[in-house]
Order: sequence, then structure tokens, then C-alpha cells
Amino acid sequence: MKITYPHMGNLYIAIRALLLKLGLDPVLPPPTSRKTALLGVRHAPEFACFPLKLNLGNFLEAREMGADTVLMGGGIGPCRFGYYAEVQREILADLGVSMEMVVLEPPSGDWVTFKTRTRSLVGDCSWWQVLKAIRFAWYKARAVDALESKLLYLRPRLCEPLQLEAIYREALRRVDMAENRRGLDLAVSDFLKDTRGLPGKSGDLLRVGLVGEIFTVLDPYANYDIERHLGLLGVEVTRSIFLSEWINEHLFGGLFHVGGLDHLKEAASPYLNAFVGGHGRETVGATVHFARQGYDGVVQVAPFTCMPEIVAHSVLPAVTRDHGIPTLSFYLDEQSGVAGIVTRLEAFVDLLEARRKKRLKEGV
Amino acid sequence: MELYLGIDIGSVSTNLVMLDPLGEPYLAPLYLRTQGQPIAALQRGLAIIRDQLGKGDLVCGVGTTGSARQLAGVLVGADVVKNEISAHAVAALRILPEARTVIEIGGQDSKIIILRDGIVVDFAMNTVCAAGTGSFLDQQAFRLNIPIDEFGALAGQACTPVRIAGRCTVFAESDMVHKQQMGHTLPDIVAGLCEAMVRNYLNNVGKSKDVAPPIVFQGGVAANQGMRAAFEKALQAEVVVPRYYNVMGAYGAALLARDQTQRRAGTGFRGWQVSTMPFQQRSFECKACPNACEVIEIKQEREVLARWGDRCGRWGVTGAEADQAVQQH
Repeated sequence: MKITYPHMGNLYIAIRALLLKLGLDPVLPPPTSRKTALLGVRHAPEFACFPLKLNLGNFLEAREMGADTVLMGGGIGPCRFGYYAEVQREILADLGVSMEMVVLEPPSGDWVTFKTRTRSLVGDCSWWQVLKAIRFAWYKARAVDALESKLLYLRPRLCEPLQLEAIYREALRRVDMAENRRGLDLAVSDFLKDTRGLPGKSGDLLRVGLVGEIFTVLDPYANYDIERHLGLLGVEVTRSIFLSEWINEHLFGGLFHVGGLDHLKEAASPYLNAFVGGHGRETVGATVHFARQGYDGVVQVAPFTCMPEIVAHSVLPAVTRDHGIPTLSFYLDEQSGVAGIVTRLEAFVDLLEARRKKRLKEGV
Repeated sequence: MELYLGIDIGSVSTNLVMLDPLGEPYLAPLYLRTQGQPIAALQRGLAIIRDQLGKGDLVCGVGTTGSARQLAGVLVGADVVKNEISAHAVAALRILPEARTVIEIGGQDSKIIILRDGIVVDFAMNTVCAAGTGSFLDQQAFRLNIPIDEFGALAGQACTPVRIAGRCTVFAESDMVHKQQMGHTLPDIVAGLCEAMVRNYLNNVGKSKDVAPPIVFQGGVAANQGMRAAFEKALQAEVVVPRYYNVMGAYGAALLARDQTQRRAGTGFRGWQVSTMPFQQRSFECKACPNACEVIEIKQEREVLARWGDRCGRWGVTGAEADQAVQQH
């Protein structure tokens, strides 16, 4: 069984570790590129959201590399993502591409089904080995998060951000290659050491929170490198959700006790009190949260036609009115020109700077 | 005299504005068609301005804006390269310091800028739909065989503007054809079209924005009195169209260049010879990694002026190192 799975930012690192430790044979699709998008757009329904198209492209590219099984996430609630594995299975079948589809869903109470499904995937691995594999994948996800959040923190602060990115890429490669925890810890601590001496800039930075639909938040191809554009404009970006939090919640059923997303759900009240699917409520909550922490602005990203985020978007003006935090929303789909996105980001940064200057002048 | 040059290269027009040190236009602003060739349009504009300058005139600052702002900035050696939203806001505030809303409709995009106490507090640009921009008006004027500059005046003669679906240009067009065949008069149809475009703009671009007077209406489409009247009717407020409505981006860029160079002396302006220099541009797909970035390169004779479009910064360098990389490519 040659098993593949979709890209979502650096998720591939944790999943590869998991599969390898389970004694499986993972086939990593090539990094998402224009070719991936082209393949996905050609075969997916036009109004399906961008993640489905990119996933499909990933699968088709992995198929060319010999993959015969797909590991795909599922989900519950009004977001269409929960149904994507089924849609993708049908599309692949229509294309005459025979690939087995294994859907990982949060257990949501039904442990028996979860157990049978997992068992069918892991073959004769003992449960102890499965747990160990999950734990190692978890450490990898945490290591990736440590690197990413440091990158977001440092990028606007250093004189040579490109040099930082090169060091980051190397550290990421080492995390991916690491076979044990020692290797992981070393890769992270070396990254911290290597970036410590780099010449920095001084001055007060603008801080922006990135919220929205998880795939577009985490995947730089899908969001046209919004974090990077902002970082190079001298803005520190903080994500509302990191990879390990999503993995814990969606794939491991909240197995690990880390700061979950419950505080964001609470912060969303009174603006949005219902679960609207996906991370719609968390988007609103995170915006409130960032405002309370004194952030200068919030950028929301979502795939075009994403229902939960459209609901959140329509609530955000009320948050802006009450908390005085400006927001900027992007709906993303296949598009080769980033000019429109960059123009809006630049204008948003101008807006935030002007606001800050005005506040300083007024002594607020 | 000390002069400040603002350049706005958009999809449809290339505009140049010269300002005196007080921020007033020095020569008549230029409004040229880009025609898909931003470099040629820029050089044509620079040549026209150069020929009008007197002996003592000296360019002390240059600002660029518009979708080709980066390209233009490299070619002329700009002191400020600014996004068009901020540039338009600066210009509108200069004309009407108490403005609270700016409506800007250009050739292929439209924006709304919300201002409070002289600063931008919110903005939006059209995203997925180009309905309600200048290009669509152009196209419909052509179809109805009306010169575009008479379009607005015609709308003013309407008695009962017809209702046209403004959601999408495809539906708008079939609605218009239908109304024509039903026997509605041309002025009523044209006025109806303006109202449909205004509805589309307010629903898409102005969605959930706090549109408050005073309102400034700028961009090429502001020339159309029919559109202005339709906005006034929909918003129930006076809409101000500034004198230099179609070059406001360039005007803003020049103002920003003036502020910048007055604070920090010295300009990067490369001189008027830019208008006659041969520039070569090419693009290629980088093969170093699967991202396959489209890299754009601007050369002046053999010297690389700039490259951009890559994600990793590999091509972002100029000089010998990059030239070597290109040869290996």
C-alpha cells in the first residue's frame, strides 16, 4: 500500500512521521504548485472551494508517483469539508483513477468505528506502537509550530529576512528528517541559535492577527504568502490557530491537552453564539481576542464561497465598531496575479500606521 | 522651479501630474492610454512633459502608483512607490480635507475608501467581478453606438430610467437588449444602466461600509454625469467630482513624493533620458523548485535593473551574481 495525503502548509511533516512510524509507505505529493492547481481546477466543480481543488491536484500528482491510497481528513458540521473525501472519491473514480480513500474523522464519541477504521489502516501494529507513532507525529507538529512562530516573529525584525528564510527552510528540512525527539529538539534549538546573531531593525512594529478558514490560514500557496508579504512590509503576524492545535482537534480527537480553541469560542460571544461550521465562530472570537491584546489589525482569509467564513465576515463589522480593530478579508481562489492582494495589504498597513500615529498624537 | 512628478500606470490609463512646491498642478495633467504597454506609455508621457519644461525647472521628487507602480518606480527611480488606495486617499483629502467617503471607479477596478478625521479607516476594492467599471461602460457605449463622452449627457435626458439587472454584466447586457426591443428610449436605457452600475458598486464594493458625506467621486468614470447623478440619487447626498478627477492617483503620488523628499533631501529620479532609453523586459519560469515562479526581468541595455515575481528571493538580486545565475538558467 502506497499511501498519499494532501498538503496543508507543513502538515506533511507530521503526517509523514506518523505513517513511517506505523510502518506504512507514504508517497508525498510534490509541493503544491501552479500545476497542482491547474489539475485540481480542471477536474473539480467550479464552485467547490479552493482546498478541494488543491487536494485533488495533490492526489493526481501523487498518483503519477505510484500512490494507490489516499489518507484524507473528514469533518462534521455545516462546512462542506466533511463531504470532500466522498466528492474526491467520486471524481477520482470518474477519471478512471483507482485510489482507495481512507477518511480520518474525529471520533466524536464513536470510538468503536474509529477503532475499526484505524485498525484497517495500521494493519498489525500494536496499539502501543500506534500511540507512540501519534505521539512522535505530535512532537513533529509542535517543532514545526515552534519554527513557524519564530519565523513570523523575526521576519519583520531582521535586516535580511531572506537570509532568515533560508535558515528556516534548512531547519524545517531537519525537522522533517529527524527520526527521534533528540533530533527534533536539536533542529529547533539550532534554529534559535543560528537566528540569534542576525542583525535586527529597531522601531515599533505593527502587529496583525491572521484569522479564518484553517486551510487558507496554514497553506502559503492557498493564501498567496500573505504572512510573508506582511512580514516583509514590517508587520508581525500572529496566527489564530497553529498546525498542532488543528491536528489535535481534528485528527487525534483532542488527545493532547494543549490550549484548545475553547477560549476563542467564548470570546465570540455575544457576536456569534452558534457553531456555524468550520472555524467561523473561532474567526470572530480570535478577532475579539486580538483586539483585547492590543493588536493593530486583523486579516481574515477564506476560500471563495466558504460559508462559515462568510457568516463570520458579516459579523466582523460589529466587532470593529465595539473594539476599534480594523479588519481586512480575502476570499481566495485560483488566481495568478497577486497584485490585487499586495495592493490591499499595503493599503491596510498604511491604514494601520496612520491610526497608530493618530492615537499616539491624541495620547490614547 | 522645484517640481514634483506623480505617475499612475493603471490597466487602462497612464497619468502624469507635475506639482509645484505648494502642491498645485504646474502643467496640464496628462491622461494617456496604457494600451497594454506600460513602458511605452510612460516614455511617451515623460517625453511630452520634458518638452514643456522651462530652463529653471527641476524635478525634486517622483512618486509612482497604480498596478505598474513597481515597474514605473524602477524605470524612473522613484522616491515613493505607493499603492493606489493610499495615493487616491491623499489626493482626495487635498481637494476636500473633510471628505469622509471616496468613490473611485477606473478602467478595470473600483474602490471605496472610508475616511474619518483625515485618515483612512476602511477600504475595499472590487474582487471577483469587474461589472460596474469603466471597461463595461466603454463596451456598452460602443454597442449602443454612442461616443463614451456623450454617454453621461444622454442619461441626463432620461424621463423614467428603466430597471436593469446590475448583478453581472452578462445579465445587464441581456436586460438592456430586452428593454431596447420593448421600445424604451435610449436615454432611459442609458440612465437605467448607470443606476444598475451604482447598485452593483454599492452592493459589492460598498458592502457593509459606512458611506457618509462629504463624498468625493474620482477615476475615469467620474466624467460620466449619468453615473454621478445615479450616485447622488442612491446615496441621497451631494457627490463632489474634483477638477482633476481622472488623474487623482498620480496627483496623490506626486504629493507623497513632495512630502517624502522635503523631509529627506535628494531624489532618485534618473532624469529625462529615461523617455528615450531602450528597455527590455522578459519573463521566464524559474525551474529551481516546483513553485515554478514567473520571474520578470527589466534590462537597460545589458544591465539588469530589476527582477521580481519569485517567492524565495533567488532572483531578487541584481548585479554580477544574478547575471551569472541567469546564464546558468
